[in-house]
Amino acid sequence: MIRSTKKKTKKTGRRHPMATVALVAIGLIVTGAAYAGFSNSSAIAEVDLQAQSTIDEGQKLFASNCATCHGIQADGTDEGPSLIGVGAASTHFQVGTGRMPLAFQGPQGMVKPKQFTEEQTLQLAAYVASLAPGPGIPEAQYLDGDGDVANGGELFRVNCAMCHNVAGAGGALTEGKWAPKLSGVASVHIYEAMATGPQNMPVFNNANISSDEKRDIISYLKYLENSTSVGGFKLGSLGPVAEGLFIWIIGLGAVVALTVWVTAKSN
Amino acid sequence: MSNATATPTVTESEHGVRFTRAAANYLDDRTKISVAVKEFGRKIFPDHWSFLLGEVALYSFVVILLSGTFLTLFFQASMTEVEYSGSFVPLKGIEMSAAMASTLDISFDIRGGLLMRQVHHWAALLFVASIGLHMLRIFFTGAFRKPRELNWVIGFVLFVLAMAEGFTGYSLPDDLLSGNGLRIIDGIIKGIPIVGTWISFLLFGGEFPGNDIVGRLYSMHIMLLPALVIVFIALHLVFVVVHKHTQFPGAGRTNNNVVGFPVLPVYAAKAGGFFFVVFGVIVLIASLFSINPVWNYGPYDPSPVSAGTQPDWYIGFADGALRLVPPGWETEWFGFTWSWNILVPIGVILIFLVMVVLYPFIEGWVTGDKREHHILDRPRNAPTRTAIGAAGVTFYAAMWAGASSDIVATHFQMSMEGVIHSLQFALIVGPFIAYALTKRICLGLQKKDKSIALHGYESGRIVRLPGGEYVEVHKQVTDYERWVLVNYNEYKPLMVRPNDEGKITGGQRFRGVLSRWFFEDRVSPATQSELDSESHH
Ligand code: HEC
Ligand code: HEC
Repeated sequence: MIRSTKKKTKKTGRRHPMATVALVAIGLIVTGAAYAGFSNSSAIAEVDLQAQSTIDEGQKLFASNCATCHGIQADGTDEGPSLIGVGAASTHFQVGTGRMPLAFQGPQGMVKPKQFTEEQTLQLAAYVASLAPGPGIPEAQYLDGDGDVANGGELFRVNCAMCHNVAGAGGALTEGKWAPKLSGVASVHIYEAMATGPQNMPVFNNANISSDEKRDIISYLKYLENSTSVGGFKLGSLGPVAEGLFIWIIGLGAVVALTVWVTAKSN
Repeated sequence: MSNATATPTVTESEHGVRFTRAAANYLDDRTKISVAVKEFGRKIFPDHWSFLLGEVALYSFVVILLSGTFLTLFFQASMTEVEYSGSFVPLKGIEMSAAMASTLDISFDIRGGLLMRQVHHWAALLFVASIGLHMLRIFFTGAFRKPRELNWVIGFVLFVLAMAEGFTGYSLPDDLLSGNGLRIIDGIIKGIPIVGTWISFLLFGGEFPGNDIVGRLYSMHIMLLPALVIVFIALHLVFVVVHKHTQFPGAGRTNNNVVGFPVLPVYAAKAGGFFFVVFGVIVLIASLFSINPVWNYGPYDPSPVSAGTQPDWYIGFADGALRLVPPGWETEWFGFTWSWNILVPIGVILIFLVMVVLYPFIEGWVTGDKREHHILDRPRNAPTRTAIGAAGVTFYAAMWAGASSDIVATHFQMSMEGVIHSLQFALIVGPFIAYALTKRICLGLQKKDKSIALHGYESGRIVRLPGGEYVEVHKQVTDYERWVLVNYNEYKPLMVRPNDEGKITGGQRFRGVLSRWFFEDRVSPATQSELDSESHH
């Protein structure tokens, strides 16, 4: 008897109409929050890039953080190039990935923890964009990762793999430069990298790769990043070098240890 | 009671015995198998871990055969264009060869297919690696000396065949990575002056990549090469049985005996078990670690080349040799381009390989030693050989590292040029440094051995004598231990002697020079009289 009542209460508890509602509500809140966070980090926050106040804020930030290298008019010094005409996209990419402000002169600007909030970054971008027209920050519709993955893969192999490796694992260039690995890069930065061609990377403007194709490439890269590796651990996606090292050190190492074990047992 | 129960059991077992006996006789009368079993089963196999490395190679080969057979059931060696429609989304609808499409099907749509692919590929890597390590063991212990020179050659052929097997297999999926590998081969062939282009057209059935190469490589990969490997393995093993196994020096071990376990039952049981151990290791690796994810690389297309394109490790040394050539080695003569940037590294590699295969004969000639050797050298007791080996390993390693120069550069944040230049240095100067160092180390170890044999080793116990003097007590080694320390061949440089006609030929003189180089620096083993006089005080 006692058991059956217990069961009953449990059942009613679960069936309670409010439970479903609550569940749906929780689900909505969670996805909504996640979506908001996601779109916030990857695309345009509520900053009006055209507004004069934004540009003024950006100019202030620029004067105190960037002018030493890029000049107070952003027209370049010996320490850094002119930013006139590089556009909002370039600034948003360079500052958003933490490359700017440059830490030290090396073969290539390093990615480091970013120093500015998304809002400040956009203000900087607005300021640079106000100097002369240039590639703008991409619209959210190209960044959703729902493009044609197969086409994106094809485009990536043809246009990007020679520097970034087919699996986006990165690769070496000459004179100490390198093409970085692409996992973990925000969609908006991938787009901006293509549109502005930072440093040794070529510019892929819309005549080369249209916005929709850029969307496909981003979708492909996001697919690579989010799909689990079917074959097991990826060994850094470095291909045969990693596999060769692995078989010599771990594979042969294990086998040699076992030969020692097999022969030691007899003595 | 007890009688009653015992009787039927006896008859039963007698029955069984009679049956097995009859069956055994039947078989034996017709096959003479007992002779073989007796002969082979009584073979003695000495116990040392390094003697199992060849077995590792053999067992990986068996694993390769098994998994490879599975793959042939589903793989299509055809370069016909098809539109991929399997279950891997990012390639859906992409045009690719049937070879690539069937590889993807094996990976994604055939039960157990991916595991089999990975088992096959990992086993192949292990196969060549264990052959390599096995060869190093043979080299550094002098196991290639008479009467085993030919078996060294056979082993070397197996190594080359294994590399060929690996390369042809690596090229079969017709993915971007392997296509780039074939492109390099195509470039090398085209680099041969005058005939190169013709050979390339012949091989690929027209302009690279053509429509034939995968089918052709496939016939080599699953018929010709495996058949050759099996033949050479059989020969290799026959020689091992005929020559008996070598053994490390030790008390009671001579050139005329083998100390160890008989093949039956102990050794056979162990070896059988060990097969499953190797098999297990391979399957474990294959089930945990991805290898050659061709779906990431995509179908072959001559235009894209990926960063970080490398061959499998065993071809790496050749790829590295090409990468280490300084730019601009090319001349134009008689209207032909002579691509020294290809011919020189290929030439260097061929010379290197020829030296490896001929080494037993070279050393035999230099030492003039015509005796049979069944006792292995401890590497330190053949300092020059060990040093040559170390130099060779360094040379190979520099080429090998060359193949991963770009990955070294990105991962250690160095410039590509810096890596290449250091490797070029390592390639040319490294072997000399390795040679000198190794030789010094060997001679030092020999000296230490000698002093231990004569004076024992330092026990760390300091004793004050009645006179006030302090001495450290030396502990004598046992006779067994001493045997190992003092029993090794000592060679002296050959005297250059005039031949029958009273002349000293150039060849003889050269041999004398080499022999002096080999044996000038040496530490002779402690002699009996030295040992005797030492033991008196
Ligand atoms: C230490 C000097 C230095 C500082 C500080 C610095 N930069 Fe730069 N910046 C450079 C150099 C050098 C380059 C060019 C090489 C490169 O791209 O790394 C560059 C490149 C750029 C580019 C890319 C230009 C193009 O052609 O697309 C942008 C955009 C940029 N900087 C923005 C900024 C902003 C915004 C700041 C301030 C937050 C900043 N930089 C601070 C040195 C500096
Ligand atoms: C010529 C070689 C080259 C090619 C081709 C190339 N890139 Fe790049 N890429 C680079 C280099 C070099 C950098 C690093 C720039 C820097 O640090 O400022 C880079 C940076 C990037 C970044 C920024 C990564 C990060 O960590 O912030 C992205 C994203 C990117 N590339 C995407 C692409 C895509 C997509 C393509 C193909 C459409 C492509 N690249 C083609 C060389 C290349």
